[in-house]
Amino acid sequence: MPPSVTLAVTRYRPEQESEPTLQTYEVPFRKDWVVLDALNYIKDNLDGSLSFRWSCRMGVCGSCGMMVNGSPKLTCAAFLSDYLPGPIRVEPLNYFPIIRDLVVDMTDFMHKLKKVKPWIIRAQEKPLADGEYLQTPDQLEMYKQFSMCINCMLCYSACPVYGLEQSFIGPAAIALAQRYNLDSRDEAARERLEILSEHDGMWQCTFVGECSKVCPKNVDPAGAIQQLKLVGAVDWFRFLLPWGTR
Amino acid sequence: MRPITPFLWTLFGAGGTIAALLFPVHLVLSGLAFPLGALEAPSYDVLYGLVRHPVTRLYLLVVITLPLFHWAHRFRYTLYDVLQLKHLYRLIAVLCYSAALLGSAVAAYTVWRIP
Ligand code: SF4
Ligand code: FES
Repeated sequence: MPPSVTLAVTRYRPEQESEPTLQTYEVPFRKDWVVLDALNYIKDNLDGSLSFRWSCRMGVCGSCGMMVNGSPKLTCAAFLSDYLPGPIRVEPLNYFPIIRDLVVDMTDFMHKLKKVKPWIIRAQEKPLADGEYLQTPDQLEMYKQFSMCINCMLCYSACPVYGLEQSFIGPAAIALAQRYNLDSRDEAARERLEILSEHDGMWQCTFVGECSKVCPKNVDPAGAIQQLKLVGAVDWFRFLLPWGTR
Repeated sequence: MRPITPFLWTLFGAGGTIAALLFPVHLVLSGLAFPLGALEAPSYDVLYGLVRHPVTRLYLLVVITLPLFHWAHRFRYTLYDVLQLKHLYRLIAVLCYSAALLGSAVAAYTVWRIP
């Protein structure tokens, strides 16, 4: 076990640098440390000006996503021991504008999430007195996997299509749309299908599949996109039917 | 106009399924099993009789044409993304699908002409 490990960390202080640069830090190596621990060590002991996001330290909040040796990772789940002997490169998430050091601008992602209307929509709400909307375990199972997303944006950083075409609505947003489409309480699948069928929607996806590979929560956004494409394709053929609506 | 994307994607998906499921069967049979003698190869007359049957002709046509559209779709996006040719969007799409159409026409003609 080495006594220490070197981290090469992106620094970008817009008031001081015009371009992001890499700065190296030597941190003690500990078997149970993750990259986030090393960053906190740097912040506490070496350089208090280093900026990065984190909160839960347990893969729940989704805020600590960064590129570790070029792959999108939750830094609270990336053990230093998996990257020996180092140096370990820690950079902000790919394809997002950098605000400062390891902090990226999430505005675009937030807009995209909202765009797919990720909430339960009903044509008619039933009165409160009628009680809750019940769901069987099977109905829950239908969408549960897609509801595990923690909005960490790793899938966007892994998606070459998003890298080339920033307007692409992207993996997590589409998986989230499918999460509500498959919810037995929801009635807006049609509405969301139209949104996702727009130019920058699901058809942009070329099924690279990297999103599902990097997802720390096994959400399988690539699977959600394929499911939705199938729905969209079946929908397209409806005009051939005499009772088709379009 | 209705966007044609979902339709093209259906061809792509169907062609991919055929290429993944049926091609290996044909490749193993006629590329390995028959020539290596693992299975007894059908005689010319048997095969000829088979190929002349309308159902087989239709089968051959489907097995040949749909993967062509699978190729067209893949190749199109490869050109866009890998070669960064997005600005030639229309031209590339027309060329790719025309090639698939042409290939399909040749296949249809050939299958049809089997005496
Ligand atoms: S789908 Fe997975 S990788 Fe993408 S934002 Fe959600 S949890 Fe993160
Ligand atoms: S700190 Fe919350 S997911 Fe890593």
